[in-house]
Amino acid sequence: MGKTAAAIAGLTEWAPKRVWDEPMFTMEACARLAAEVLADAEVDKGEVDGLVINGLRESPLFAPSALAEFLGVRSNFNEVVDLGGATPAGMVWRAAAAIEVGICETVLVFTPSVPAPPQPGANGGPMKMKMGAYMGGEVWGSPQGQFEIPAGLVAATPSFAMAASRYMAEYGVSEETLAKVAVDSRYNAQANPKAVFYGKPITIDDVMTSRYVADPLKLLEIVMPCYGGSAVLVTTAERAARCPHRPVFVSGYGEHLTHKSITYAPDIVDTPIRLAADRAFAMAGVSRDAVDMASMYDCYTITVLLTIEDAGFCPKGQGGRFIDEHSLRYDGDWPLNTHGGQLGMGQAGLGGGMSHITEAVRQVQGRAGERQVPDCNIAYANGTGGMLAEQVALVLEGA
Amino acid sequence: MVHFSRDGWPLPTPTPITAPYFDGLRERRLVLQRCPRDGYFFYPRGRCPNCLGDDWEWGKLSGRGTVYSFTVDRAGHDPALSSRIPFAIALVDLEEGPRLVGNVVDCDVADIAVGMAVEAAYEDVDDATLLGFRPTG
Repeated sequence: MGKTAAAIAGLTEWAPKRVWDEPMFTMEACARLAAEVLADAEVDKGEVDGLVINGLRESPLFAPSALAEFLGVRSNFNEVVDLGGATPAGMVWRAAAAIEVGICETVLVFTPSVPAPPQPGANGGPMKMKMGAYMGGEVWGSPQGQFEIPAGLVAATPSFAMAASRYMAEYGVSEETLAKVAVDSRYNAQANPKAVFYGKPITIDDVMTSRYVADPLKLLEIVMPCYGGSAVLVTTAERAARCPHRPVFVSGYGEHLTHKSITYAPDIVDTPIRLAADRAFAMAGVSRDAVDMASMYDCYTITVLLTIEDAGFCPKGQGGRFIDEHSLRYDGDWPLNTHGGQLGMGQAGLGGGMSHITEAVRQVQGRAGERQVPDCNIAYANGTGGMLAEQVALVLEGA
Repeated sequence: MVHFSRDGWPLPTPTPITAPYFDGLRERRLVLQRCPRDGYFFYPRGRCPNCLGDDWEWGKLSGRGTVYSFTVDRAGHDPALSSRIPFAIALVDLEEGPRLVGNVVDCDVADIAVGMAVEAAYEDVDDATLLGFRPTG
């Protein structure tokens, strides 16, 4: 057992949806998530003294103070985390570390992703659509705006496709093997009524015959963007022990990043996951073999392959064989993304990245229902942000 | 920063530090900064990304390199470029060392491969010149 100062004691997660019927402001979403996660952990709002967010649409500046005001929280730890898909995992270890150093005791971690009520007179239009794909690279002075964007290297899919293309040339993996990641994830989603693809299993052939979006990645290897939201509550081990669910220690963590655009990745098939995971496992004092289930960020099938290798679950270049030889299903020999992953459940903004943590926590707490992994005590969860750039690895252990 | 061509394509807006690079492209020369200790680097910046020294000089490169990786955008991830799909985006390792990004032109996207030898190609779009790569020979 590594660090035992802080534990995840509660969670809430909304079912991802492609169309969201109830637009709300981010602050309103946080308030609803707060009420739900406090109820789940049976913690009083007055005990909350830490807030971690990615930002607030309604207050681009002074975001934590705006949220504290809105929620009526007197807060000692206030953090904005900006790590793309690795944000939720980055939020969780920051909360745990803050609790360990003693600056706060009970932290709410929010990942809402819902549309705002329509703004009178506002017109999104084509320019807004472009700017979304540019991910901030359109601003004056951005290297991305001068080199990547004019080449059409925007959004995320083409960058991950280039990682897949390079991997195939350097190590070799078949498109069918990558497809199996999507198929096993979709199988798991059939045991998760909240999944956007619940009731919609797929086959290898379905993946192979889906259209190429950015070679070699095909449509069914790519997450479905959704709306949704989630939150977790991190508190002291002592307080967590008085909560109704099994405390889940954030027993090891690591974070690493090297680049924004994939052009400048030191090696696009040897990712920053390696150093993040090595640190997390060393901190936890846990071997890879001790992991009962893995919850790996899966924006694309190739992300899972690279994560299995670089997080140290098999040697470099053997990820394809690993995927072929193991069942990644919740009832298989190497349960992975038992909630369906984002490939099966949908990517509800940052809630997509958080889904890997909430599922790992559910499994360790023994409340994963039909898809429960027997005797699950240790989970590996990670987040991949940007273009295989930001990496956060977590080892989660039941008390 | 980007601005848009008459056809709506995103074009680079050079900054004071990157202007010599884009001036070079307009004149069909590929110039990058070279640090006396660490060699060539890309993209242009005021200090070498390896040693943070500022005693670099602009140097002319051959424009020859190999495809490190590539993809073919078939979906128009930038809606502004949907009229161009399918088009190939490549990361190219130049023989002098640095890795650059650009489109692969003058060949069928089905013929592109990792490791393929390429050379710089220059495409004028309105007031900008874009760097691309074409198969060598």
